[in-house]
Amino acid sequence: MRLYRKYFGIHLKGAMQYKASFFLAVFAQALVTVNVFLGIFFLFQRFHKIGGFTYSQVLLCYSVVLLQFYIAEFFARGFDRFPVMLGNGQFDRILVRPRNTVFQVLMSRFDFARIGRVLQAVVLLPYAIATAGVNWDFWKVLTLIFMILGGALLFAAIFVLVAACSFFTTEGLEVGNILSDGGKEHGKYPWSVYGKPVLFFTTFIVPYALTQYYPLLYLLGQKTNPLYIFLPLLSTWFMIPCFLFWRVGLRHYKSTGS
Amino acid sequence: MKKYFSFFRLRFVTSLQYRIAALAGLSTQFVWGALLILAYRAFYQAEPEAFPMSFQATATYVWLQQALLALFQPWGFENDIFESVQSGTVAYELCRPVSVYGMWFSRTAARRISSVLLRCIPIFLIAPFLPAPYGLAGPAGAPAFFWALFSLVLGSLVAVAFVQIVYFSTFFTIATEGVRALSASLVEFLQGAVIPIPFLPDGVRQVVELLPFASMLNAPLRIYSGDISGAFLYRVVALQLFWLLALVLVGKLMERCAMKRTVLLGG
Repeated sequence: MRLYRKYFGIHLKGAMQYKASFFLAVFAQALVTVNVFLGIFFLFQRFHKIGGFTYSQVLLCYSVVLLQFYIAEFFARGFDRFPVMLGNGQFDRILVRPRNTVFQVLMSRFDFARIGRVLQAVVLLPYAIATAGVNWDFWKVLTLIFMILGGALLFAAIFVLVAACSFFTTEGLEVGNILSDGGKEHGKYPWSVYGKPVLFFTTFIVPYALTQYYPLLYLLGQKTNPLYIFLPLLSTWFMIPCFLFWRVGLRHYKSTGS
Repeated sequence: MKKYFSFFRLRFVTSLQYRIAALAGLSTQFVWGALLILAYRAFYQAEPEAFPMSFQATATYVWLQQALLALFQPWGFENDIFESVQSGTVAYELCRPVSVYGMWFSRTAARRISSVLLRCIPIFLIAPFLPAPYGLAGPAGAPAFFWALFSLVLGSLVAVAFVQIVYFSTFFTIATEGVRALSASLVEFLQGAVIPIPFLPDGVRQVVELLPFASMLNAPLRIYSGDISGAFLYRVVALQLFWLLALVLVGKLMERCAMKRTVLLGG
């Protein structure tokens, strides 16, 4: 943990060397994410409900998913550059150090400008919390925290999974985007909206819906079973196959030699 | 003209090397398209009367958009051009006895056309055979098809011409991150890539339809499905021609300014 703080501090100091450029980048990142929100906003000018959910309820869902994704991305961004590390042999250096490989790749990069992206979620969430018509009590606040936490862990696991694929291909894979970016982009609506087969997939195979649709039902008072509070934590089972896959990939690893 | 064509060919052949990446990207496009259509279905089931175009036309729009993604990609910049401006190696390009504008224009166009050729085929092979309202429908008639084709050529040229302006603006700003992000998000939303332009509320829609961005993706796709027809069709195509000329002119003008006052960084 101490080591983690140290890595973090180094990256932060590095980013702060160029302040003006840093804040411009933050602003630019904030801009990029506005489009999806505008899409939702204008669609709801025309329609009133999607799959039984109102505008504010969709916003609640969307801002939670955004937070999940960006928290995961903020901490696990190193995996995004992982194919590059494999390609240029940087990964060999990591292997000889006496620390966990996942941990080291995790720490290889922090992109602080991405804070700009979280900004949107931070603005939307309070608005959605206030207007979605939730009767807040202790358990519902706990559910919300579990949703954000569980989802962030799930997305982080997916980043590891996608990175582990590049052990076998060396190149980065665009397919991985379906799982990571797709989970974020299409998670703006509760997964039930897309119909039964999609909901089944996102419940039992890649458990996005456990961190999003089911606890959302509990928040909105449509389900009262207390089991729904803890479903987001259940979704972390997905981390197990992801890390196992990483281990398999690691054993398979041959240096590119460059 | 021949030299620009060879720049075009060079870039085209290089891009075709990445066939595997293109194939991998395909499954992304299929899943993406399917999920978009399913979301529109959910809106449609609740309030079919609020739909600005038929559901079939919406599905067709989504599939065509996925098929032609590479042609209108908001992030489809040639990143080495930005790097060359930043690092100063652009000086070599300036020494060449060809116009920088023409060279960059043909490079960008070649890259986009080569990747769209690879990526559109599987969607055109599979999407038409999906069950009725969810698949890719045929064009609204032979004339609509040929007008859409013509409009597609114009639209992609407008898109490339716009990117040239972004390239040349970096001569003045040097930092490229902000310019790139701003232009990409403008293009994405205003060309109708987030939601089709007919879904925008009245008032906003009329303004957006006049902007150059609506001449990119929006025009050919809606002409294909017959959503734009009659006198409106001629107006849309004329507007595309106008924006193409205007954007090229602005780009050329910026090129001239940039060449006059270029200060190269580094040696």
